[in-house]
Amino acid sequence: MIAEIGLAALWLAAALAVLQMVSGAASLRAAPGEANALAIYARPAAVVQAFLAVLAFLLLLRAFAVTDLSIKLVATNSHSMKPFIYKLTGTWGNHEGSMLLWVGVLAASGGLLAAFEKRLPERTMGATLAVQGFVALGFYAFLLLSSNPFERLPVPAVEGNGLNPLLQDIGLAIHPPTLYAGYVGLSVAFSLAMGALMTREVNPAFARVMRPWVLGAWVLLTLGITAGSYWAYYELGWGGWWFWDPVENASLMPWLAATALMHSVSVLAARDALRTWTIMLGVLAFSMSMLGTFLVRSGVLTSVHAFAVDPERGAFILALLGLYIGGAFTIFALRAGAVAEGKRFAAASREGALVFNNVMLSAILAIVLLGTLYPLLTEAFNVRVSVGPPYFNPAGAIFAIPMLLVMAVGPLLRWKSDKPARIQFELMLIAALVIGVIALVSFFGQFPLLPLLGLGLAAALAVAAVLPLRGRKLVRVPLSTWGMVVAHFGIAVSLFGMACEGAFSEERLAAVAPGGTEQIGDFAVTLEAVTPIAGPNWTAMEARLAVRQDGGEPVFLTPQARSFWSPPQSTSESALLTKWNGQLYAVIGNQAEDGRWQIRIWWKPFVTFIWYGGLLIGLGGILAIAGRLGVDLKRRSATAKGAQRRADVEALGGSGGVPAPQPAE
Amino acid sequence: MRKLSLWIPLALFAFFAGLAAYMLTQEKDQFVESTMIGQPLPAFALDPAVDGLPGASKADFTGRPKLLNIWASWCTPCIAEAPQLEALKRQGVEIIGIAIRDKPADAANFLNRYGNPYTRIGSDRISEVQLAIGSSGVPETFVIDAKGVIRYQKIGDIRPEDVPVLLAELEKAQ
Amino acid sequence: MIRWLFALVLAVLAVPLAAQDSMPPAPYAYNQLADEKLEAEAAALMQTLRCLKCQSQSIADSDAPMAGDMRHQVRARILAGESPEAIRGWLIARYGDYVSYEPEVSSTTWPLFAIPVLVILIVAGVLLRRLGKRRDDDAGAKA
Repeated sequence: MIAEIGLAALWLAAALAVLQMVSGAASLRAAPGEANALAIYARPAAVVQAFLAVLAFLLLLRAFAVTDLSIKLVATNSHSMKPFIYKLTGTWGNHEGSMLLWVGVLAASGGLLAAFEKRLPERTMGATLAVQGFVALGFYAFLLLSSNPFERLPVPAVEGNGLNPLLQDIGLAIHPPTLYAGYVGLSVAFSLAMGALMTREVNPAFARVMRPWVLGAWVLLTLGITAGSYWAYYELGWGGWWFWDPVENASLMPWLAATALMHSVSVLAARDALRTWTIMLGVLAFSMSMLGTFLVRSGVLTSVHAFAVDPERGAFILALLGLYIGGAFTIFALRAGAVAEGKRFAAASREGALVFNNVMLSAILAIVLLGTLYPLLTEAFNVRVSVGPPYFNPAGAIFAIPMLLVMAVGPLLRWKSDKPARIQFELMLIAALVIGVIALVSFFGQFPLLPLLGLGLAAALAVAAVLPLRGRKLVRVPLSTWGMVVAHFGIAVSLFGMACEGAFSEERLAAVAPGGTEQIGDFAVTLEAVTPIAGPNWTAMEARLAVRQDGGEPVFLTPQARSFWSPPQSTSESALLTKWNGQLYAVIGNQAEDGRWQIRIWWKPFVTFIWYGGLLIGLGGILAIAGRLGVDLKRRSATAKGAQRRADVEALGGSGGVPAPQPAE
Repeated sequence: MRKLSLWIPLALFAFFAGLAAYMLTQEKDQFVESTMIGQPLPAFALDPAVDGLPGASKADFTGRPKLLNIWASWCTPCIAEAPQLEALKRQGVEIIGIAIRDKPADAANFLNRYGNPYTRIGSDRISEVQLAIGSSGVPETFVIDAKGVIRYQKIGDIRPEDVPVLLAELEKAQ
Repeated sequence: MIRWLFALVLAVLAVPLAAQDSMPPAPYAYNQLADEKLEAEAAALMQTLRCLKCQSQSIADSDAPMAGDMRHQVRARILAGESPEAIRGWLIARYGDYVSYEPEVSSTTWPLFAIPVLVILIVAGVLLRRLGKRRDDDAGAKA
């Protein structure tokens, strides 16, 4: 019965999405100043729809929690003996469940927007809700017609099929839903952009409505990518943290677009400039997240992470992509010409720097897109090529390096127009840091060019990030400014980690007999013993490694080579020793015929800073959201108070015959 | 000018969508074809993989076109193609095997169970010859002509319908 | 029907495990070269070669036996004095451009290099239009 209720809720939600779409569109037909009779249904439809979609997801969650084996999805992806937490996370560890999570979040954000957003003109809001309903409808159709999560088995299964052991990991349980929520947040930005474009309301008020959604989506994407990168680092067993794999790129591209969008929407909110840009980026960011979904689900590209690959579903997603993105770009081409150009500004101004960096981010996005899709293009001509780090790193750096330099300077510039001479000292300081650090590091040895540049830029950025606070009362600095400072500082921290990992990593691969010692960096690693151990659904060979730094007290590391039996698969569980200045990464391999064990050890100085930086960037985003929302709430209560006061004054009989301003409905 | 440039995103998107739609209709294979077709076999000399059969070297591919079969006892599709190799042998085709990363005992077991279509089997413990001829998996079968030139590559197990194809390729290589 | 489907799924999943050989890895698959400089050369090259048996990993990031054998080839050839680019060329002659993650300019890969140049030109154009002209406008307004 529960599954049927879930399915019914989904169908009802789909019907409400139609209502939301029609009703929202009707508001466009209303003459200014009066409400269309149909238009009043859009908001309630969105709110009720949100409840229904979330209910459907909760029902599926329950089915997984109690392992209801009469549901096909549960039977194929779960197992009654699995740890409870992985039963729950198994809900979205598969195609249908993750799509249901997707529409659940989509409907919930649509509901939130409809329930609480009162600042936009009704026509714009109607158009936005219509677009949001239209997008949701496509995904409901996708779920209901081709990937029904509530499908019953004719006869309940006796036991479930288990879950891929790689997915039985807390990191991977959190990472996909975070990314999905980020993708979906961008759908709201998309709907708002389309609504504003259709009603020609591209202005600062619209930007202020859009900003928290973009920021929120961007924070989730940042955290999702950070978590995914750390997961790949410790789970794949070779110490790599970014592979430029198509699926990784699919998550990076929306992030790049969202980063550009976030900055552009800030300029629009603060200065009423970059109107067309903001709309363009709003469409682009969501198209990148849909493109990512398409690439991951359709299997057109070869990837390590590809799961739930199915060409038929791929065709469905491609059709949705064509409908939404093709449609959006068509409307953009027809309408954007009519959007008046925003306020002007000089090249040497904060807007100028932001424009420069938005263009650079877009260029990096173009490179990543090109490198990811190029193998697909040549395959159409039966030629197979590979595009990997040796291409992405330098091609991306061409645009990333100028971007990072401008990023250091940008926040120091004034809005509209500024004279570079005013910040002479800061400019000199930044230049001196870049050149000084590069010179200093090169003095100690020969390192690859990109990590070297990265070190110089990281140092300069770290200092430049806090310069906007110079000479200001720290308690008076707005929360959103703190957000910017923290996020920019996070970029510097992350860049520092990447550069150190690239320049100073040490690797030791060796066959070691028990009792043998290998030296890496300051560490002496002794293989004490290798013993078989058993887990709930796996067996493993576990090595006991004693790690001594400079002859000090030993610390023990226990990497494992695990073999799962349902489904049969082997994984290598790396063991990490985290120090403040880096990580020692140990993996155990096979035993050679002479009885020695293959041991792989890396010393990666400051590698953890990559993810600390990612967390700082996310924290910066959260601070910015908190700051903006705080200001909005204050403004809202102030407006309410103002209206109250005006009403009071009016009630007192009007002061001296001044006509009270008519509230514009 | 500005009006026209607004259509660029749509044009790029349409190009991508067309490409993606076309690719979705295409059969997706994971095969990496050797680019050594038409090239002479690289020089090699491998030790015997099992007792009682000689090893294999480049010099063995002379006189007439022969098949070079890359296989291994640990490879499941190799079991599936064993009857087809037998059929080819009955047609008078000489098949020289190269056993990849195999132990003599395992290889001998495999031949006992599934038959031995080979006249010679070289043991390639570190996939050296496999890499040298551009093979990326087991099983794979190459047609080598009388001059030792690689003429044709069959990736994956030989199905019954592939037997006439291989015979025709051997004929062509005369 | 469903049972049969499960069996199929299991069979497919079981293949990788069944298709595991028991041979020890090639000498240089998991061992470094003694000479640090040569090892660094080999490591840099291995990062840019594709593991043909894997989905999309370099041979430096893979436990597949074939990746190990390819690592052995790379280290052994470096030790024998071959240059990294010669080894890459040797592999490309056998597997085509697919084996190398570092695309080289050729008849099939030129757009990978032409398009970034185009992007640089577009970027320069956009920046000049967006930012360059403004200064003139401002100057004009002030004059």
